[in-house]
Amino acid sequence: MTTLAQSSTASKKEAHKKSIWKTLNPYFYLLPAFLIMGVITYYPMLYQVWMSFTDYGVKNLRFNAPLPNYVGLANYINILTNQLGLSYYDFWRMLGFNLFWTFSNVIIHVTLGIFIAVILNRQGLWFKGFYRALYILPIVIPQIIVANIFRNMFDPDYGAINQGLAALGKFFFGLSPDLFHIHWIDQVNYPVSWLPLTLSYYALLITNVWLGWPFMTIVASGALQSIPKDLYEAARIDGASESQQFWRITLPLLRPAMVPASVYGIVMTFNLFSLIYFLSGGGPLRQTEILITTAYRLINEQRLYGVAAAFCVYIFFILLALTLITNAITRATESYDA
Amino acid sequence: MPDSKKPSFFTRVRWFFQGRTSTGERGMGFGSQILSQLFLLLMAVIVLYPILWVVSMSFDPRDISRPTELRLNPFQGGLSLKAYQDVINQPTANPVSLGQLMFNSFRLATLTGIASIIVGVFASYAFSRLRFAGRQALMIAVLTVLMLPSIATLPALFVLLNKVQIDIGNSVFNLRNSLIGVGLAVLSGSLPFAIWNMKGYLDTIPKELEEAALIDGCTPNEAFFRVTLPLSTPVLAVTFFLGFMSTWTEFATSWLFLTNPKDFTLMMALYNMVGQYSNSTPWSHFAAMSILIALPVTIVYLFVQRYFVGGLAIGGVKG
Repeated sequence: MTTLAQSSTASKKEAHKKSIWKTLNPYFYLLPAFLIMGVITYYPMLYQVWMSFTDYGVKNLRFNAPLPNYVGLANYINILTNQLGLSYYDFWRMLGFNLFWTFSNVIIHVTLGIFIAVILNRQGLWFKGFYRALYILPIVIPQIIVANIFRNMFDPDYGAINQGLAALGKFFFGLSPDLFHIHWIDQVNYPVSWLPLTLSYYALLITNVWLGWPFMTIVASGALQSIPKDLYEAARIDGASESQQFWRITLPLLRPAMVPASVYGIVMTFNLFSLIYFLSGGGPLRQTEILITTAYRLINEQRLYGVAAAFCVYIFFILLALTLITNAITRATESYDA
Repeated sequence: MPDSKKPSFFTRVRWFFQGRTSTGERGMGFGSQILSQLFLLLMAVIVLYPILWVVSMSFDPRDISRPTELRLNPFQGGLSLKAYQDVINQPTANPVSLGQLMFNSFRLATLTGIASIIVGVFASYAFSRLRFAGRQALMIAVLTVLMLPSIATLPALFVLLNKVQIDIGNSVFNLRNSLIGVGLAVLSGSLPFAIWNMKGYLDTIPKELEEAALIDGCTPNEAFFRVTLPLSTPVLAVTFFLGFMSTWTEFATSWLFLTNPKDFTLMMALYNMVGQYSNSTPWSHFAAMSILIALPVTIVYLFVQRYFVGGLAIGGVKG
């Protein structure tokens, strides 16, 4: 009897031990990643929040340097009230420009992407494979290299854009090539007088449209191929015109694929550092600067680490709001009944 | 319509011009065919224009500082490899060869890429398959970092890595001013991306495979190592490649951290060749350099893109 009872408590203990291991097992899988991220990701993020309340600067970088002074909310207030000592810095204009930049880009990408995908999807189109293969190029070339190439292309004297425009102008209208020395990057006055956007914005827009539409075309093409052909046949029998078929069948059925792609596009474009930093450098007069390029300038050029930390905390919350809003829109459209 | 017989060559040519499909079904009319072709051709020209311009500039035999006329045909007037030779010897004013720059970028990209998949795959498996307390909270913690662009944590990373200074004889090793420091900063952003990207793929591997392994007597850990891990090789490769590609062209962190020309990366050298620093650099050198940096990753991307563009990795590359 006693031996039996002993062995049963022993096996109970064993089982208990086993279940502890089973509960702990997932954490062993998580341990390596979270140990590393704890040191190089989460600790710096928390440290950054502390930094944002101090006047951390170059003087605190030296080895054994004294701790920076606590300045309270001064950094946060100075950022919003434009007292950073940066010329032409205006937080609210920049935030507005950043949002306008994002949405103007994504709207054009999605429209052009769907338009081209619909054409490429038509029955009996010639050279379909050729176009499909060619249009992949803007996706596969590293974006930062494209930004550099366009930087040279928009050069007023030797760039390919002005030279190309001059060639077209001469061929079609007999215009003198001297007319085409457009200062794409550094012209200060607005080309459209009632729109506060410099020519460099349009140069950035052209470049980013070149970069962005093929991705949307690929997403839309995938979705188009999954639309059943019978729907169009039924619509044709019911006497629906081509444009009715597009608005009533194609577009609603593209929506589930295009909405997540657009959300992704919005977040990517909002933080498009490499293109703006390399192409316009935020210029002229900080007119095309976005939040993330300004944050980089605060660290790299001004070396105001405390202010930069506060700036990045603002970026965090702005992105959080943007993500939550776009997610809410995505969820709202998920229940959309086509 | 012909029955099951293969249509003759002439029939197919006729169908082609009538705009029918290869099975003879009704296609588009001739007018809209021409309009579509014109538009698609225009887009093709727009896509090719910068590429042709850069390629022909890099082969320009005239050896001039600036392209004074538009040259879009690389073979016009003969090919010259001089720009490539010059760039390979010494791309910028700094006494560094292209080989050294490539080696730096290659080391950085390979090691951070490998580290992120090896460390990340365990966490992504836990998130995908295992149930445990705090799962939701930890997933939000990963997503939060994913949402934040890597530049937004640079102030703290710069300051903290700069604190690690070790005296070695007559010089001081500063972690911030080294490729290891840049690698750590890159990894801090690429690890969450790798976890999330791999989790998405693991979610699609059927659970039944693991359950079968458990019935056959595997422990849960063996089921992971012997069944799920081998099946996830494609996503490991894709995640490695995406990480490699973004680090190969990484600029912001290395430009901020590194001061010693021996440690410089490819993009730092390219930045020295455009814009405000470019006055003494011939554009043919810049063009050759861009092509040498872009070509390796572009070719690999061309072959693997169909596996993930628009599907597997809609999360893309964290910028």
